[in-house]
Amino acid sequence: MCGIAGLIHRGKSSKVGHELQGMLQALKHRGEDSTGYALYGDTDGKNFIMRFKVGENVGEGSTSVAEDVSVYDERKKIVDSYLLEMGAKIIKEERILPYSLRYEIEYNKKDLLEFSQKIESIPGVEILSMGKSLEVIKDLGNAKMVCDRYNLDKLVGTHAIGHARMATESGVDIKSAHPFWGYPFSDVSVVHNGQLTNYWNNRRALENKGMRFMSECDSELIAVYIAQKMREGASLEEGMKESLIGLDGVFTYFVATKDSLGMAKDTMAAKPLVLYESDDLVAMGSEEIAIRSILPQEIDTYDPFDGEVKVWQI
Amino acid sequence: MANLKNVTKKTKAQAMGMHTEVLTGRTQQKFFNPDEAENFYYFGTYDVDFNKRTDLDVKNMTAADANKKIDNLMSQGYGTIVIKNPQGKHSIGVGILNKLNLIFEGSLGYFGMGSCDGPTVRINGRVGWSCAENLMAGKVVIEKNAGSCFGAAIRGGDLICKGSVGARTGIDMKGGTIIIGGDAGAFTGFMMQRGRIIILGDVGINLGDSMYDGTIFVGGEIGSYGSDAVDSELTKSDQDWLKRKLKVAEIGENFDVSKMKKIVAGKKLWNYDNLEPTEKKGAI
Repeated sequence: MCGIAGLIHRGKSSKVGHELQGMLQALKHRGEDSTGYALYGDTDGKNFIMRFKVGENVGEGSTSVAEDVSVYDERKKIVDSYLLEMGAKIIKEERILPYSLRYEIEYNKKDLLEFSQKIESIPGVEILSMGKSLEVIKDLGNAKMVCDRYNLDKLVGTHAIGHARMATESGVDIKSAHPFWGYPFSDVSVVHNGQLTNYWNNRRALENKGMRFMSECDSELIAVYIAQKMREGASLEEGMKESLIGLDGVFTYFVATKDSLGMAKDTMAAKPLVLYESDDLVAMGSEEIAIRSILPQEIDTYDPFDGEVKVWQI
Repeated sequence: MANLKNVTKKTKAQAMGMHTEVLTGRTQQKFFNPDEAENFYYFGTYDVDFNKRTDLDVKNMTAADANKKIDNLMSQGYGTIVIKNPQGKHSIGVGILNKLNLIFEGSLGYFGMGSCDGPTVRINGRVGWSCAENLMAGKVVIEKNAGSCFGAAIRGGDLICKGSVGARTGIDMKGGTIIIGGDAGAFTGFMMQRGRIIILGDVGINLGDSMYDGTIFVGGEIGSYGSDAVDSELTKSDQDWLKRKLKVAEIGENFDVSKMKKIVAGKKLWNYDNLEPTEKKGAI
């Protein structure tokens, strides 16, 4: 089933970590195998924030194989050496969990493709996000568990998207959890509710164009598909509109960039989405109760129609 | 009610040697024989007094608790109940089988007012997916917008949304009337078998797809017609009925019904009224 939620404050910042936690927790009955956050925090925009993992969470119903922490340490060492080799300077380093790290790095090259390929050539290492504002945090468990584990409650920012997952077609692990980073574009993330039926055809075509897939989760295809369209010169909105034709199946998904948030709904309108829109806030979720967690007062909401694509700026 | 034991006229299917068995089940004998009036008792219903009114704040209740409380109030004879702070909760107001004035001061989530038979409901907010699914009788009025599958499989009653609705409105409906003041999404009237849908605004793609029967009236633009949905002539009696229905529904009273489009089933796929299941197999 899965549940998705997103919000964007226009013209101000707020505790988006706390707000999204409330929205996703309200949707936990739609799935709590894993929960993921893509938070766009207030930063000075100078350095990159790289969230990456050097292993999997092997507890809480995980389908991953347990590894010794020393393996994680070894992988981290290789990441550090590769960063040095590529001219990236680590400004701040946080090891939030044995397998999950957050680096603030100074890196001046614009092309992140080569950078990402180098880092992810280390077996077991995956960049969850790379951006000057975006931070993707995902792990097993419900929204509250993940929020507490990563201390996301106090994160201040302008917008965020998140996902409460019921694993159906791929494993219960972090690599299959949403959001997916729009590799290799900085600050692009995607969450999806639904099922894509032409996954393998699209995946093969995109891999032939040099794009990478880290999981076998069909939702990852959306992030890669949009990223490829943007590589070819399309705007975010154009890429999303093309996805309505190029992606087959039933879906509602959100895409966020550094300064915008978008939603798309398939032409069958088979997956739910409720939307609230005002001058200073847009909030949306699979169910109205997600929006009610941050706006308990009486509000006007609506369901977007089939084939609808909308993009909002901060 | 017809005495099924004494049916002598053979249907076409019976003439073909099918369905000749006499129905002798307990249900047929006990619940559908008018001579046994006591068997018409409708389990879970109450005699209520519309002048007996109360408020119920469900802010801190689960849907199950709220529904039990409503049931309890009806058992005490309350005929007008005002629900406060529903806050988008799912499955509230389901399974009400008697007359009741129910007013929601706020919005409902999924499956609100599902499987009801008789209440008059006003929702001063929005409703999520599958509002009033399987409604048998009564009237449900939504002041704002509604989600997808609005009025799915209803058998009767009036279902009115003053705003816009999502996709698959009236899917599989078997009777009753659905009235939409705004726009409607894709696959409106999908596989409908009976009843009428009125949409004053625009409607999305695949309108009336695979409809068996029933009628859809559209005031605005149509995205596209579904398989076997065709235009039909809007008669004077249709217009009179539309005017009356819109007036009773307190919606679009000044709407020019003469310009509405009428969509019915082309009956090219099959017509379940004329074909018995065995014949359908042959048709396929």
